[in-house]
Amino acid sequence: MRLMNAPFLILAVVTLVGACAATMLRGLVHCALALAIAFAGIGALYLNLGAQFLGLAQLLVYVGAIAVLIVFVILLTRGADSESLSPAARPVAGIVVATAIFAILAWAVIHSSSILSSGQPAPQTTIRQLGAALMEGYVLPLEVIGLMLTAALIGAVIVAMKENGQ
Amino acid sequence: MTPLAGCLLVSSMLFAIGLAGALTRRNTILVLVGIELMLNAANLNFVAFWRYGPHSGAPTGMIFVLFSIGVAAAEAAVGLALILAVYRHTKTTDLSQLTGRRP
Repeated sequence: MRLMNAPFLILAVVTLVGACAATMLRGLVHCALALAIAFAGIGALYLNLGAQFLGLAQLLVYVGAIAVLIVFVILLTRGADSESLSPAARPVAGIVVATAIFAILAWAVIHSSSILSSGQPAPQTTIRQLGAALMEGYVLPLEVIGLMLTAALIGAVIVAMKENGQ
Repeated sequence: MTPLAGCLLVSSMLFAIGLAGALTRRNTILVLVGIELMLNAANLNFVAFWRYGPHSGAPTGMIFVLFSIGVAAAEAAVGLALILAVYRHTKTTDLSQLTGRRP
């Protein structure tokens, strides 16, 4: 049985602390910055697990695009910081539900017999193999997701556009 | 504890944090943040099983995560655009004020 390595533990702690801060801080901009830290921690976890391309894609898409998009929306909806006026209705219920789900998942993970402790080396997947797989076996999903991204972004622009006559 | 179990525990804790954020916060942007965290927890599971599971050298787990990241990007863009449109109409992003409001 091989123990977890120290970098994994450090990255996991950074990611979880960032996620906690992103969901619990009071200032919205602070939440967005903590979210960027959590995303970067997850990207570093991918790198630690041997998925180099995914780690860099995670950094590009999540830290570079989604976190910045969230900051933009926070700044555009400024003046709506009314959360302090209306306290959360049932924060205890949500926390209890989340804790129960975590307990169930952790129980399942710890008591599962099929989680093998294989000390096998990391599968060597080069970017060339990844590109070949995307272009050969997964070319239809790739095209579909390209179409979906285009449609979603055009739809987002149309939804967020200022309406005429207002 | 094996590395795979450690990965799964981290991702389940991330999922629980995201769920707690989505359930308890009253700001629509922060609810979206919680949903993004839950999606990332699922992606971490994919990568962990690709790394430690019995594999045949196929990059299926990575491909799955790539598509998942693409779908999450589209989801975030559309969700934030919807939040902006709702804010333009109602001048609030507070969920407890938005429920029960007629358009």
